[in-house]
Amino acid sequence: MNNNTQNNKDWLFEITPKNNFFSLNFKEIWQYRDLLFLFVKRDVITVYKQTVLGPLWYLIQPLFTSVTFTIIFNNVAGIKTGEIPSFLFNLAGITVWNYFTACLTGTSDTFKANANIFGKVYFPRIITPLSVVISNLIKFGIQFLIFIVFYIFYYFQGYNLILNTTILFFPILIAVMGILGLGLGMLISSMVTKYRDLSNLVTFGVQLLMYLSAVMYPMELIKDKLPKFGWLVKYNPLAYIIETSRYMLLNTGEISILGLGYTLLVTIAVFFVGLLIFNKTEKSFIDTV
Amino acid sequence: MKKDIILKAENISKQYRLGQVGTGTLSHDVNRWWHQIRGKDDPYLKIGDTNDRSTKGTSDYVWALQDINFEVERGEVLGIIGKNGAGKSTLLKILSKVTAPTTGSIKSRGRIASLLEVGTGFNGEMTGRENIFLNGAILGMTKKEIASKLDEIIEFSGCQRYVDTPVKRYSSGMTVRLAFAVAAFLEPEILVIDEVLAVGDAEFQKKAIGKMQDISKGEGRTVLFVSHNMAAIKQLCTKTIMMENGIMVFEGNTNEGIDYYLKSNQYGGYVNQYINDTSKGSGFRKLSLVDDKKDLRTEFGFDESIFIKIEVKIDESHLKAHLGFRLVDIKGRVIFTSEIKLGERIKSAGLYEFEVKIPEQFLVPNQFNLTFGLHIPNLEVIDYKQDCLSFEIVETGSDFNLYSGNDYGCVFVDCNWKII
Repeated sequence: MNNNTQNNKDWLFEITPKNNFFSLNFKEIWQYRDLLFLFVKRDVITVYKQTVLGPLWYLIQPLFTSVTFTIIFNNVAGIKTGEIPSFLFNLAGITVWNYFTACLTGTSDTFKANANIFGKVYFPRIITPLSVVISNLIKFGIQFLIFIVFYIFYYFQGYNLILNTTILFFPILIAVMGILGLGLGMLISSMVTKYRDLSNLVTFGVQLLMYLSAVMYPMELIKDKLPKFGWLVKYNPLAYIIETSRYMLLNTGEISILGLGYTLLVTIAVFFVGLLIFNKTEKSFIDTV
Repeated sequence: MKKDIILKAENISKQYRLGQVGTGTLSHDVNRWWHQIRGKDDPYLKIGDTNDRSTKGTSDYVWALQDINFEVERGEVLGIIGKNGAGKSTLLKILSKVTAPTTGSIKSRGRIASLLEVGTGFNGEMTGRENIFLNGAILGMTKKEIASKLDEIIEFSGCQRYVDTPVKRYSSGMTVRLAFAVAAFLEPEILVIDEVLAVGDAEFQKKAIGKMQDISKGEGRTVLFVSHNMAAIKQLCTKTIMMENGIMVFEGNTNEGIDYYLKSNQYGGYVNQYINDTSKGSGFRKLSLVDDKKDLRTEFGFDESIFIKIEVKIDESHLKAHLGFRLVDIKGRVIFTSEIKLGERIKSAGLYEFEVKIPEQFLVPNQFNLTFGLHIPNLEVIDYKQDCLSFEIVETGSDFNLYSGNDYGCVFVDCNWKII
């Protein structure tokens, strides 16, 4: 018995039922960085395996959506986008918005979709949602290239496109958005393990959210036309991200420091709550999923 | 000598909720939370029955594991046996951190990697080579480690030719080979393996067992091994624990553990009598095993004769039928078949009783099952009772008692050895 008391200190690790809320083990995540990389690689390459158009599929979706939006919202409904060509306006909004939805929907079924593998092997679960956010970032990069192509196209068409110095902060904006999507996704994925109802909510909730996030209209438009419901957009952190990204890319709309600060606060809060609940769930979700 | 304990399980228990999770979950959660903020114990942890799936308990919560304690030394191969639902896989899941125990703790001095059903995380769209990397990383290897062993892994799997083909085109056997190969080259201090040997052909199984022996003996790594394959357990394990309804009922020497398993489980309660008095037509009415004093028995000494009593009803239309039985040992080996033509023995319909004798000092100590059949060859199976009776031959001093545990066949034969 003496040996035991003496040796108690040098256990490498302990598995216990109690869990510490902030037991995120960064060292462990670092050890599994290769797995993160391989998951990203898997997500990116398996999308276009056995397809004819391959990675082109990444481009088709935003292009067609933008065309549809331009026809419906700008040509039919008559939403004005100022000096900016409507198509470019929509493409910017959709490209950025797509990154958010991809992060959210991709991470929100983490536990359910990976129950099979999670039920058999241990690795830090957070690797999975992280890999979703990163592989979607690559997808976003490809989609952003097409935006640049159209930007140059319209520039030479003689449109008055002015580059804004705030564009330097664009990567930070995208990072904030990815983190918000990740946080929300982790939160939802943890709760989906017990209450399946939520996964139904996500699919149409994301669509509804798009209408509240100033994706296909300038933010001030809703304040003018629907003053009663303007607060719905005003308190939506995503609307600020979309609006700001358009300001950065196309020099249109407004930038609100207050709104951005609010967005940042919400993002940090959502991320930490998401992380907390995710950590709590990962230990025994397999019993309920 | 000081023991080098690498893994220690202390009072591991695991509770599961039975029935549909859904209705009532929210109310239980709220109740649990309400108790928690008042600083009280979880109200649902107290109730709970042992996990016996055959009897109906009163509570919705069961203990899949209860107070499991054991220690594993470095380099030891621990076998975990028990019938379905005994809690083996739950234990492994806890050990491999897939799920947390409800109470208790596990302390470890080494990295644990698990191999619970191979092929986990294989992506059908990716090639064998890509999957080796992915699977290796899932199991905790770094890219560099995998790359340095890539050739060995491919060679061990025997899938060289297919390594650049998507895994979805593989046969199931090939997938298993590849997956096992990846896992076999893992280098954790503790390897957890569940039922891998159930698949794959004989050649590969042999290879896999050999590799596992290398891992434990040659490289001094610790293996926890769950299987229903007693032969594999016997070959590999230095120590065995046996689970029953979530409780550890045996811990110790592998051979004793296997005996315990065979006796208490699969063939638990040998059947010495079968009675069927409901049916009207031809068929078996009563089958029983008795000794020379006509007492019903399930265990016979090696030097005792076994009498099988067969009461059978024969209709007019079945007077030409054959009546026989087949003796099969616990490993499923058929030992022999014996049969008579009824036409040569009886002339009219009626209820008949036969007695068959299996001579003493003939069957080796082992467990046996009897299957009975009444049939007209190639025409009609009138009655068939598979594994209807079972019994055990107990070692009571055969010539081979020194070789207990070795497979020396099924029957003793006096070969009339002579010096010429």
